[in-house]
Amino acid sequence: MGGFVSRGFKGRRRAGPDQATRLPPGQYAEPGFPVLTAGPTPRIDLAEWRLRVEGLVASPREWTWEEVQALPRSTFEGDIHCVTRWSKLGTSFTGVSVDTLLDAAEPLPQASHVVAFCYGGYTTNLPLEDVRGGKAWVVWEHEGQPLPPEHGGPARLLVPHLYFWKSAKWLNGLRLLDHDAPGFWEGLGYHNRGDPWREERYWGD
Amino acid sequence: MGRLSWRLATVTDVRPETERVVTLALEAPDWDGHLPGQHVDVRLTAEDGYQAERAYSIASAPDGARVELAVERLDDGEVSPYLAGELREGDQLELRGPIGGYFVWEPGRGGPLLLVGGGSGVAPLMAMLRRRAAAGSRVPARLLYSARTLEDVLFREELERLAGAGDGLAVTYALTRAQPAGWTGYARRIDAVMLEEVGWRPGERPLAYVCGPTRLVEAVAGHLVALGHDPSRVKTERFGPTGVP
Repeated sequence: MGGFVSRGFKGRRRAGPDQATRLPPGQYAEPGFPVLTAGPTPRIDLAEWRLRVEGLVASPREWTWEEVQALPRSTFEGDIHCVTRWSKLGTSFTGVSVDTLLDAAEPLPQASHVVAFCYGGYTTNLPLEDVRGGKAWVVWEHEGQPLPPEHGGPARLLVPHLYFWKSAKWLNGLRLLDHDAPGFWEGLGYHNRGDPWREERYWGD
Repeated sequence: MGRLSWRLATVTDVRPETERVVTLALEAPDWDGHLPGQHVDVRLTAEDGYQAERAYSIASAPDGARVELAVERLDDGEVSPYLAGELREGDQLELRGPIGGYFVWEPGRGGPLLLVGGGSGVAPLMAMLRRRAAAGSRVPARLLYSARTLEDVLFREELERLAGAGDGLAVTYALTRAQPAGWTGYARRIDAVMLEEVGWRPGERPLAYVCGPTRLVEAVAGHLVALGHDPSRVKTERFGPTGVP
């Protein structure tokens, strides 16, 4: 819809060149960390908590809280982008690389996609290549503090190069498949992949 | 389903609701209708091409090409001061939608209905109540609505008219900051006791929709689950300022 101008709208220009290059189209920088979820925040007892990698893997794995803490730690530092248009620049999360988990479970050659499944019933789907090669984490610390329940604690998936609904809260595990299987929001009008730089917000974008 | 394309809507009415909130009535050509609870994306474009986009819940029931948004002016906002202060009847606005398929209710989904709203978070709940009334639905419904003062209650006259229709809707206010003289209603934030008194018993299996600032939504959804309500029947939506720690 080229050429339309909102009469009298000036807008607030982005604060600096840093924001101009780091904000994907249609996003604004949010200093806080908004909470967005579709239902109640589940309360999960750490003694009962498990992280699983299953499906098309040679050796399905399950970690307890203590076991996952003993895995090699990995920290992400960078930006996150929510489909509701806020981005949080220069934040950090610590946990374990998804590569470490997948290496332990040994994906079968036919595995092409992954479904993240969560306490509370949430799911989201990703191509396997979007969670391999240092692009995804399972995290339990945010900026050096334990991840609060409303932000997905005990642990959430972190896939910062995609819109943040892919970074599933209250993660219970990853299931590897040989086909794509749309998750919760992907079945309710949101884009199947969700690349913020291509502004893949909704079906058909 | 095809791409949700941007369309140019025309402002047909600007109605002040409270000191900070206006209802924008829009005429959106070729609007395909919406479900109560859905939202739209709004895009503003400055003369030099700079754009800003935000999401707003639809407050109106489905009604042809007409779409109403309730916009709260946030003092430090970029888009809301324009929408709630600058826009006039006859102006145009780009929007696309409707968006969101989870926080939605139609009379056919049944009830009983428990709607809990805080501040301008009542907007999508209002769309549900307006749809319920327009459809002549008798699904039992209770709205528990938290506002700072009685003057901050959106759609008050209409809510009281709807509640007076005798079709099974009850409206309860919780006024958190100041109350009129002689106020006998709740004068505190929504808590578990209030939800027990106003809400349905868990055995009645209500469908709950909770919308408002994060603190309210987290607290109410947590209380409902602790009271024994089925978490899968509690749907939440955040609304209003997002700057939380």
